[in-house]
Amino acid sequence: MLARSCLRPARTLNGLRNAAVNVSKRAASTSSGAEASPARLNIAAIASTTLAAGSLAWYYHLYGPVAFASAPAEEGLHATHYPWVHEQFFKTFDHQALRRGFQVYREVCASCHSLSRVPYRALVGTVLTVDEAKALAEENEYPDEPDEQGEIPMRPGKLADYIPAPYKNDEAARFANNGALPPDLSLIVKARHGGCDYIFSLLTGYPEEPPAGVTVAPGMNFNPYFPGTGIAMARVLYDGLVEYEDGTPASTSQMAKDVVEFLNWAAEPEMDERKKMGMKVLVATSALWALSVWVKRYKWAWLKSRKLAYDPPAETKVRR
Amino acid sequence: MSLANSIYSTLFRKNYTMLATVFAAGFAWEIGFNSTMDKIWDSNNRGRQWKDIRHKYVEGGDDEE
Repeated sequence: MLARSCLRPARTLNGLRNAAVNVSKRAASTSSGAEASPARLNIAAIASTTLAAGSLAWYYHLYGPVAFASAPAEEGLHATHYPWVHEQFFKTFDHQALRRGFQVYREVCASCHSLSRVPYRALVGTVLTVDEAKALAEENEYPDEPDEQGEIPMRPGKLADYIPAPYKNDEAARFANNGALPPDLSLIVKARHGGCDYIFSLLTGYPEEPPAGVTVAPGMNFNPYFPGTGIAMARVLYDGLVEYEDGTPASTSQMAKDVVEFLNWAAEPEMDERKKMGMKVLVATSALWALSVWVKRYKWAWLKSRKLAYDPPAETKVRR
Repeated sequence: MSLANSIYSTLFRKNYTMLATVFAAGFAWEIGFNSTMDKIWDSNNRGRQWKDIRHKYVEGGDDEE
């Protein structure tokens, strides 16, 4: 073992020496007499490098810096990135959390925010059983078909009905909320920069009182994560506001996390199925890729492993 | 070699047996691949899907939705 390891440096040295010889040989055989003088070459290289670097610098000076039209307060504080499990490549929504989040939406958010693109049937098999969803739908009334006198009677809701909005229309919503329109929450996770992180930060980011030097308009609340920092929605989530049926402690952040996951489900109900299909596609395409690599190597083997030999003509046959 | 020969003569020699073999293999592969992938998916997401928590909320008989 020792002898072998001692041999190795000598061998590498040999290799180095051979390489050096080869380099000098090659340089001697390829260099031709007629060349530009080194000084002119150096000047040309320096000039072209300066030109390239200078034009890059000039271009960056013109177009590089991003123009921010707003002050940082108008952009809103950048939301912290949280390690959401359901945002991992091969993870589904945690349906227990979806169920808790729906409870938070129903008991807290639904008094102002609509969820108009989600029908009760979508909740079946995701957060509610059929019987629960039916019972929930029947709590509301929806316009029925016109009767023989043309009057439109009301009927209890069915699974096919959509979750009712808290206000009749946007004007009523604005009137009830001091001129501010509570946005519909069906697609809110897709509709806001930062998605889950932003909504979670917004819900949990209300300070006890606005920092010194900040003027908050009457009827508004201070939230650093909201663009402009003045938000009409006051802090709504407080510890113990809801009582979870599964016994999870209802802290502010727990409720915010659950409702954000639920809203993400509302925006992307197809996510679980999409990720599962994506996993299958990745497995199938990587297997096919490996197969194609093998086929290529198999087909090219004769070409890659051939050996070209130069067989010079015999000295006697060379004409001089 | 004899195995390859027998496979060729029984399955791929005639066009209709070849077609039947290809279709049957396609079906079998699809079913096997999908069920394997679903098993992997479910074990990776154990306890997170609705079917894992459904039993807590369904009352009485095991009625399908």
